[in-house]
Amino acid sequence: MQLAILAGFILAGLAPLFHHWLGARTPLVMAMLPAGIAAWLLAQWPVIAAGDTLLLEWAWVPGLDITLTFLIDGLAWLFAMLITVIGALILVYTGEYLKGERDLPRFLVVIIAFMMSMLGLVLADNLVALFVFWELTSITSYLLIGFHHTDPVARKSAQQGLFVTVGGGLALLAGFVMLAQAGDSWSLSVLNERGAQLVGHDLYTPLLVCVLIGAFTKSAQFPFHFWLPNAMAAPTPVSAYLHSATMVKAGIYLMARLHPALGGTGLWETTLSLVGALTMATGAFLAIRHTNIKKLLAYSTVMALGTLTMLLGIGTEGALVAFVTFLLAHSLYKGALFMVAGILDHATGTKDVSAMGGLRRVMPKTAVVACIASLSLAGMPPLLGFLGKELMLKSVLAADHHGGLMLLLAFTGAFLTLAVAAVVSLRPFFGQRRDTPETPHEAPVGMLVGPALLAALSLLFGLAPGTLDALVEATVNGLGAVDPDVHLTLWHGINLPLLLSVASLVLGALVFRHWDAVRHRLAYLDPVIRHGPERGYEMLMAGMVYVAEWQTRILQNGHVRNYLVMTLLVLLGLVGHALLIRHPLEIDFSVDAYFHEMVVAGLMVAGALTACVMRSRLAAVAAVGIMGFSIALIFVLFSAPDLAITQLLVETLTVVLLVLVLFRLPRFATLSTPLERWRDLAVAGSFGTLMTLLMLSVLNGQRLPRISDYMVANSQPLGHGHNIVNVILVDFRALDTLGEIFVLALAAVGVHAMLRFHAAEYDAGYDLAGGRDDNG
Amino acid sequence: MVRSGTLILNVAARLLLPLQLLFSVFLLLRGHDEPGGGFIAGLVASGAFTLYFFAYGRSALSEMLKVSPRDLVAMGLLFGVLSTLPAWWFGEPFLTAQWWTIPVIGFKASTPLVFDIGVYLAVVGSVLTAITALVDTDHATESRD
Repeated sequence: MQLAILAGFILAGLAPLFHHWLGARTPLVMAMLPAGIAAWLLAQWPVIAAGDTLLLEWAWVPGLDITLTFLIDGLAWLFAMLITVIGALILVYTGEYLKGERDLPRFLVVIIAFMMSMLGLVLADNLVALFVFWELTSITSYLLIGFHHTDPVARKSAQQGLFVTVGGGLALLAGFVMLAQAGDSWSLSVLNERGAQLVGHDLYTPLLVCVLIGAFTKSAQFPFHFWLPNAMAAPTPVSAYLHSATMVKAGIYLMARLHPALGGTGLWETTLSLVGALTMATGAFLAIRHTNIKKLLAYSTVMALGTLTMLLGIGTEGALVAFVTFLLAHSLYKGALFMVAGILDHATGTKDVSAMGGLRRVMPKTAVVACIASLSLAGMPPLLGFLGKELMLKSVLAADHHGGLMLLLAFTGAFLTLAVAAVVSLRPFFGQRRDTPETPHEAPVGMLVGPALLAALSLLFGLAPGTLDALVEATVNGLGAVDPDVHLTLWHGINLPLLLSVASLVLGALVFRHWDAVRHRLAYLDPVIRHGPERGYEMLMAGMVYVAEWQTRILQNGHVRNYLVMTLLVLLGLVGHALLIRHPLEIDFSVDAYFHEMVVAGLMVAGALTACVMRSRLAAVAAVGIMGFSIALIFVLFSAPDLAITQLLVETLTVVLLVLVLFRLPRFATLSTPLERWRDLAVAGSFGTLMTLLMLSVLNGQRLPRISDYMVANSQPLGHGHNIVNVILVDFRALDTLGEIFVLALAAVGVHAMLRFHAAEYDAGYDLAGGRDDNG
Repeated sequence: MVRSGTLILNVAARLLLPLQLLFSVFLLLRGHDEPGGGFIAGLVASGAFTLYFFAYGRSALSEMLKVSPRDLVAMGLLFGVLSTLPAWWFGEPFLTAQWWTIPVIGFKASTPLVFDIGVYLAVVGSVLTAITALVDTDHATESRD
C-alpha cells in the first residue's frame, strides 16, 4: 500500500509524459490509479467488517520512532474509500471539464499528488508521517486553488488558504510533539489506547488547543471559515474534490481519529460542540446571501463541517453514528452538486443562479442528478441526507451540555440549508427560461458519470440504509465506541426530530420563496460581515508585512559589521546564559604543554593581534593566514592529519579568494568613530572570552560519556574504514554531511547570483562610490 | 585583472595539473582508511584548477573543464542523494551504508564512496563557481573601463 502511494507520487511526476503520449485521454488513464487502490481497499473489506484493523508496517527512521506504517480500520477505510472513489470520478470529470486546456498536464501532476497526500494522511499511523502528509495537502491544494495563476484573485485566495492552513499546521506540529510526550509514543494506535493517561496529563489542555487549532483551520471552522469560500477560485473539479472528500475533511478526520485519545472531557465537548454549532449557523446564514452557485455550495460545506465537528463534540454513541452517516451523505451529495455546478458553468457561461432558469428542458439528465443530490442536501426522505439530518437532530436533543443553544443553531442551519438546496436545484432548472451568456446544452457523458453515480448512491443508501450498518459499525468502532450496535432505518415513527424536520421544511420553503427579498434585507448586514474574521486575517497580514519591513530596516541594513555584531551578541547572550547560569564553572587553569606547543600558540596570538592593528588589507590577510597555518600545525602536533590537511588547503584557497576580492575593494579608510571601535572591541573581546571559557569547561567537565570512544570502536566493524574522520563524515554522520554539501552548493549559487547581479548593475552604468580606485 | 602568468608559472601549472588531479583522486579513494577523503581531495583538485586558471586565464579553464562549475555542484548533490537510496531497496533505513566487493579486481565499492565522490564534486564546483564568478565581475568592470 505504501508502495502504491509512493508510486502515485512518481506517477504524478510522469503525468506530463503520459499527456504527451495519450493526449486528452490521460485523465481517464490516470483515474485507473485511484480506482485500483479503491479495488484493493474493497478486497480488504472482510477484515475491516470483522472489526479488525490492518497494520501495514514500514520503517522510515527507526532511530527516531518515525514510521510509515499504515493503519487501516473502519474510519481510515471509509475516508480512503471516499478519497479514491470520488478521486477517480473527479479525474474522469476533469477529462471533459478541462478539455483543450493547455495546462492540463500541470493540473494532473498536482491533483494526483494531492490525492496521494490525502490518502497518506488518512492511512498514516505515525504522527510525524501524518503531519508530513498534512502539510503536503496544504501545499498541493495551494497549487490547485491557484491553478489559474494569471488571475490575481486566484493567487490571493490560494495564498490565503495556504497561510490559514499552514499557520494551523504549525500549531498542529506543536500539538503533536506535546501529544507524543504526554502519551509517550508517536503511534496513533498506541495513543488511542492511552486515553486516560493523556487526559490526566498536565499537557492535556495546551496540546488539545494546538491540535484543535490545526484541525479547525484545515476544516474551515469559525473563525477560520473564510478561506474555504474564497478557495472557489479553483477550477470546479478541484472544488468538488476539496469539498466533498478531501482537504476540509482532513481536520474532521484528525478530530475523529484522536477522539478515543483526547475526547470525552469537558473541554473537548464544550469547544467542539459550540464551535461546530456556531460554524454551522454561520455557514448556513452566509450561504443564502450569495447568488454565485459555487459560493452557495461552499458556505453549505462550512455548515456541514460545523455539523460534523459538533457531533464529535457531543461524542455519544448516537452522535458518532450520526457523524459517520452525515459524513458519508455529505461527501456523496456535495461531490455531485459541485460537479453539477461545473456543468452549469460550462453550459451557460455563468455561475450566477439568479441568471439561470428553466434549464430542465435542455439539460434533463443534469436536472435529475441535481435534484436528487439537492434533496439529499436538504435532508428529504428517502435520501441518505435525511438519515444524516434526523440522526443529527436526535443526538443534539440527547446532548448533555448546551443542548438548547445547539438545537437552536442546528435548527437554523437545517432550514437555511434547505433553502440553499432549493436555490441550487430549483432556480436553474425550473421556472422561466432565461437567456444566458452561452447557449446551454446537455453535458457530455464524461461529465455526467461522476455526479450521476454519487447521486445514485445517495438514493440507494437512503432507500436501503441497512446496507450501511456494517460500515457505520466498523467506523464507529474506530472512533472509540465499544461494540456498537448499529441499525439504520429510514422511518423512525413520528418523533421530535421528524417534527423539527417538518418545521424546517416549512421555514426553508418560506426563505426560498422570498429569497430575493431576504438577500436584499441581508445586504444591510454587509458592513458588519466585512468586519468579520477575514478582516482580522487581512490586518494580521498587513501587520506582518509592516513588522517585517521594520525589522529588516533595523537588523538587516546591508552593513556586514552590523550583522556580525548582532550575530555575536545573540550568541553571547544565549551561550553565555547557558554556560554561566545553568552550569557551575569548574575550570582548571594549570598549563601542561611542551615548549614547541607554546611557541605555536604564541604565533597564533601574535597573528590575531597583528591582523587587528594592521592598516593594510594584504598585511591583515597575511596575519590571519599565519593564524590559520598555526592551527594546522596544532592539528599536526596532536596527530589529526585529516584536519591539518583540510586546514592547510582551506587556508590556501581562502588566500586566493581574498586576493581576488581585495582588488575590488575601495581604498582602506577609517569610517568608524572611536566609540564604535571600543564597542566592537568589547563585543569581540567578550565573545572570545566566552569561547575560551566554553572550551575550558567542555574539556574539564565529563558529564556525558565520550562519543569518540564509540566512533573509534565501531569505525572498522560498522563503517569498514580505518580513517575515523572519514567514516564519521560519509557514514555515521552522512546526513549532516549531505546537509552541508547542500549548504555549500547554496553558498556557491549565492555568490554567483550576487556577483552576476552586481556585474549587470555595473553594465547598466550604476557606479558604486569609489569602487575602482585600487585596480585602475 | 587576472592576466596570463609568467613563463615559470605557465610551465609549472601545465606540468603540475595532471599530478595534482591524480593525487586528488588518490586521496579520494584511500580516504576511508588513510588520511584523505572527498572534502580534502576536492580542495586539492580546486587548488590545481585555480593554479591552472591563474596561469592561463578564464577561457582556458572553461575550455578544459568542458562543464560549467555550477553543473559540477549539481552533479555532486546528485551523487550525494543517489548514494542514500540503495538502502531502501534492501529494506533498510534511508542512508544505511551498503558494501559490495567487485569480484575480479577485489575493489570495495560502497555507497559511502559514491557519497564521497558527491562531496568531491560539490567542493570543486563550489570553489570554482566562486572564483570564476569573481573573475567574471572583473571582466565586466574592465570591459567598461
